[in-house]
Amino acid sequence: MISALFIYNQKGEVLISRLYRQDLKRSIADTFRIQVISTTDIRSPIITLGSTSFFHVRHENLYIVAVTKWNANAALIFEFCYRVINIGRSYFGKFDEVAVKANFVLIYELLDEVLDLGYPQNSEADTLKMYITTESINSERAIMEDSAKITIQATGATSWRRSDVKYRKNEAFIDIIESVNLLLSVQGNTLRSDVAGQILMRAYLSGTPECKFGLNDKVLLEKDPERRKTSNTVEIDDCQFHQCVKLGKFDSERTISFIPPDGEFELMRYRTSDNINLPFKVHPVVTEVGKSKIEYRILVKANFSSKLYANNVVLNIPTPLNTAGVTCSVPTGKAKYVPAENSIVWK
Amino acid sequence: MSDAKFFQRGKIHELRLELNSDKKDKNHTRKKATLKKIVANMTMGNDMSSLYPDVIACMAIPVLEVKKMVYLFLINYAKGKPEMALEAIPTFRRDVEDPNPMIRALAIRTMGYIHVDKVTTCLIQPLRHCMRDQDPYVRKTAAVCVAKLFLQDRHLVENAGFIELLRDMLVDSNPSVVANAVAALTEISERSDHIQLKLNMAIASKLVTALNECSEWGQTYILESLMFVVPQEPGDAEMLAERIAPRLQHANSAVVLTAVKVIVYLMNYMSKDEDIANMCKKLSPPLVTLLSSGPEVQYVGLRNILLVVQKHPDILKNDIKIFFCKYNDPIYVKMAKLEIMFRLASEHNVEQVLSELKEYATEIDVDFVRKAVRSIGRLAVKIESTAQKCVEALLELIQTKVNYVVQESIVVIKDIFRKYPNQYESIIGLLCENLDNLDEPEAKAAMIWIIGQYADRIENSDELLEDFLFTFLEETVEVQLALLTATVKLFIKRPTAGQELVPRVLKWATEEVDNPDLRDRGYIYWRLLSTDVAAAKAVVLSEKPHISTETDNMDPVLLEELLMHIASLSAIYHKAPTTFIPHCKPRFLIPSPTLRRQNYGPGRLIHQDSYEHLYSNNGEDEFDATAKQPHHQRLSYHEQSFEQVAEASIGNQQYYEQKINAENPYRTDTTAASANKGGGVDLMSFDL
Repeated sequence: MISALFIYNQKGEVLISRLYRQDLKRSIADTFRIQVISTTDIRSPIITLGSTSFFHVRHENLYIVAVTKWNANAALIFEFCYRVINIGRSYFGKFDEVAVKANFVLIYELLDEVLDLGYPQNSEADTLKMYITTESINSERAIMEDSAKITIQATGATSWRRSDVKYRKNEAFIDIIESVNLLLSVQGNTLRSDVAGQILMRAYLSGTPECKFGLNDKVLLEKDPERRKTSNTVEIDDCQFHQCVKLGKFDSERTISFIPPDGEFELMRYRTSDNINLPFKVHPVVTEVGKSKIEYRILVKANFSSKLYANNVVLNIPTPLNTAGVTCSVPTGKAKYVPAENSIVWK
Repeated sequence: MSDAKFFQRGKIHELRLELNSDKKDKNHTRKKATLKKIVANMTMGNDMSSLYPDVIACMAIPVLEVKKMVYLFLINYAKGKPEMALEAIPTFRRDVEDPNPMIRALAIRTMGYIHVDKVTTCLIQPLRHCMRDQDPYVRKTAAVCVAKLFLQDRHLVENAGFIELLRDMLVDSNPSVVANAVAALTEISERSDHIQLKLNMAIASKLVTALNECSEWGQTYILESLMFVVPQEPGDAEMLAERIAPRLQHANSAVVLTAVKVIVYLMNYMSKDEDIANMCKKLSPPLVTLLSSGPEVQYVGLRNILLVVQKHPDILKNDIKIFFCKYNDPIYVKMAKLEIMFRLASEHNVEQVLSELKEYATEIDVDFVRKAVRSIGRLAVKIESTAQKCVEALLELIQTKVNYVVQESIVVIKDIFRKYPNQYESIIGLLCENLDNLDEPEAKAAMIWIIGQYADRIENSDELLEDFLFTFLEETVEVQLALLTATVKLFIKRPTAGQELVPRVLKWATEEVDNPDLRDRGYIYWRLLSTDVAAAKAVVLSEKPHISTETDNMDPVLLEELLMHIASLSAIYHKAPTTFIPHCKPRFLIPSPTLRRQNYGPGRLIHQDSYEHLYSNNGEDEFDATAKQPHHQRLSYHEQSFEQVAEASIGNQQYYEQKINAENPYRTDTTAASANKGGGVDLMSFDL
C-alpha cells in the first residue's frame, strides 16, 4: 500500500511529506522532483524506478504524489489522491499552494487520520470535520467531549452522515446534469455519441432519513434488442452510485434506497448511448493557407425546435500549440483567443 | 490565522531558545508556533533531529495539537535516535490507558510507527488490550497496528498470538474493524513465508455480507481478500460472483476494478459456459464507465481492459467506439486506447478503425503517430479483407515524407510482404525512393530485408545494397545481420550482381566484427556457399513460416497471472509482480474439483492430478490464516506450486529464491534481497 504521500508545488518544493512505512526514506522525494517535475514531457501518471512506484495527480498548482514499493492497487491509490483533493477543497474552499501552506499542520493531522500504514481509512470530509477543524481549540473540545460519538461515526455503517443533523424545514433538491459527448469524423459522420448524466442531490434533512428514489418503467437497465424496437423506452447502459446507496437492494429490487449525506453530493451517474438527439450540429471546415496559416470556418446549427432556446452556449475551438496570433470574425456573439488554454472561446 | 509564514528556514539554536523560553505563554501559543516552525522545517527537509530533547519536553503540555506535532516529530526522527524515543514511553503508557478512545487510538497508532525495539516491547501488551477494546475506533486502529508490528518483527507477531486475535476480528460487529483486520491479514499473508491466508466459503460469505456496510476502502480490502477463496463445491463460485456483482455499480473505481478481478478469478471455477457468458455481460458496462473518470483512473482502467479482453474477447466487442481517442486525452490514455482498438478490431468494424488510425497518423505526438502507423500495418496482417486498404493508407503516409512516419511504415510493410507474398510488390519502387531518409536500425533492417527478398525484381538491388554496405562496420548488429543475409540472397538470385559484394561482406562479418551471432552466421553462409550452392539456395531461400498477429498475444500463463492482479501495478505494466517487486508471492490458480481445465497450448497443460495430494494435505474447507500448520505441509505446498510454475515455464530466479526461503525459514531475507537487487527493472523506459 501507500508508503509515503507528498505534496509538491509547481517548482517541486515539498509542501507536505508524510512517510507511512520504513521501506523508504524522505530523500525519495527528491527522486520524484528530478524524474517528473523537472521533466517537461510526462508520458504516464505512474512511474516506477527499481521497485519504487510514484503515482501522481495534478491539481491547481500542486502535485499530489503517492509512493509505494508494493504491487499496490493503482485504482485505489488514484481514487485516494482524488479524495485528498476533495477533502482539501471541502476544508479550505480551494486546494492550492496557498491553502496547503496556510494549513500544513492541519493537513498533517488529516493525513494521520485518513491513512494508516498507507491504508485509506474513513475519508468523508463531513465526519472528519467533527473532530479535526481549522480552529484547533474546537477540535480539542470535540474530542474530549463527544469522542464516543465520533468514533462510532468514523467507523460506522453510515460514516458519511452525522446522526444529529437538525433542520427546521426539511428540504431536498435534485439536479440532473447531462453531458452529451460526440465525436465526429472529418466527413461529418458520427463516430460515437453518448450521454453521461449525473444526478446531484442537495439534502437538508433531519436525523438519518432513509430515502428512496424510483426509476419509472421507461428506464431499462438491461440491453434488450427485442424490446428496443417496439417501445419508446430509455435504455441506460450503466449506472454508478454514491457509496450511500444500498447496492444489494438495487440489484434485487431495482430501487435506489439510501441515507443521504448532509449537503450536496452526487447520488448517481449514468451513461446511455441510444437515441441521442444532438442539440447542435457543428460543421467545421479547416483549410491550410500556406505553411504558417490555417483557416477555420465553423458553422453551428441548432437542432431543436424554434420554441426552445439555449442559454450559455460556449464553443471551445482548439488551436495548434504553436499558435502565434488569431484573428476572428463572427456574425454574432464574441470570440476570443485564450492562449493559456490553446483555444478560441466563443460565447 | 495563516501558517504560511512558518515556511522559512529556521536556525536550530533560535528554535531551541524559543522552545525553552520562560516568557509567559498563555494557552501555549508560543510553543505551538515554534513547533509549527519545526514541522515546516522538517517538511522542507532540514534536519531538526538535534532538537529532540526540547521537543520531547513539550509532551507534557496537555494540548492535543501540541501532542500531535510532537508525535509527528517522533515518527520522523525516532529511528535515528532510539535512546531519545525512550523518553516518550511514559507518556505513551499513560495515553493508552486514557479514558478517551481517540487518545488511546492515537497512542497505539503512533507507537506502531516508531521502529525502536524498546517502544515495540512496550506496545505489545497494550496492543493486545486494544484489540479487544470496547470502542470500534480503537479496535480498527489496533488491527492495522498488528500489520505495522509485523513489518518490524515478523516472528514476534507470529509467536505472540496476534494472528489469532486478528482472525477473531473477522467476525467483529463493526464493519470498519472487519475491513482493517482483513487488510492486515492480507498484507501479512502476502509477506510471510509461512502464513498463507485462506478463506472458506462460510467466512467468505460473512465477509461479503459485511461489504454492504463498509466504507468504500473497506470494500476494496474485503474484495481483495476474496482472492484467497478457493471454491470447492460446484455452485460456490457462481453464488459468490453473483453476490459481488452489485459492487460493479460503485462510484469508486477501486471497488469496481477489484470486484472485476474477483469475478474474473471466480470464472475459472465455474462449470457452465452460460454462467460465464452472463458474468461477462455484467462486466462490460462498468468497464466502459471507468472511462468517464479522471484521466489517471482511465489509464488504469484501459490497461486492465486490455488484459480482460484477451481472456474474454466477448466483453466489449461491440463497444469499440468508446475507445476512439478524444483530441484532448492525455498521451498515456491515447496510447492505451490505441492498443485496445487494435485488439477489438474485427471484420465488422475494421473500416471505422482504419479511418481513425489514419487520423491519428497525422497527429503531432511522435510516439503516438508511430504506434498508429504500426497499428495500420498490424491490422493488415490481422484482417485479410482489409489488407488492400491498409496498404493504400500506408502509401499515402509515405508520401507525406515525414521521416518517422516513412520509417515506421517501412517496418510494417515488411510484415505485410511476408504475410501476403506476391500481392503488393508493386509498391517497392515507391519505397526505394525513401532510402536516404532511413536512420533508424529497425527501418533500415526492414528495408534491407525487402531488397534482399526481392533482389531479382529490383533492378538496381546490387547498387542499393552497396550503398548500405558502405557503412557496414558502423551499423548496429540488427542492420549488419540483415545486410549479411540480404547480400547472400542477392548473390544466390543474381550471381553476377552479387559476386563482388559477397566476399567483402563475409570477410567483414567473420574477421572485423566481434559479435558472435554475426560471425557464426557469416561462417555458415561462407561454408554453405563454398561447398554446395544448391544447398545454400535451399536454406537461404526456403519458404518462410506464416506470420500472424497471434504472436502479439500475451503468453497465456502470464495473462492468467496478471488477471489475478487486476487493478494493481503489475496489471498496468503487464509484467508479473515477481519481476519487479522483491519478496512478492506469485499467484496462480489453486486447483480444486471445480477448477476449469486451463488450456495453455501444447506442452503446457496443467495437470489436475498432480495437485491432488497437495490439496488434501492442506485440509479441506478450513479457514486457515495461522502458522499452526506443521512445516512439512507448508513445504509441500510450496514445492507443488514450484513444480507448476516451473512447468508453466514462468519460474524465474526470484521464484527459486523464494522457494529456498520457504524451505529454510531461518534463513533471513537478506539473501533474497541481494538477489533481487540486480533484478530490479527500470520500468521508466518500458514500452507501453
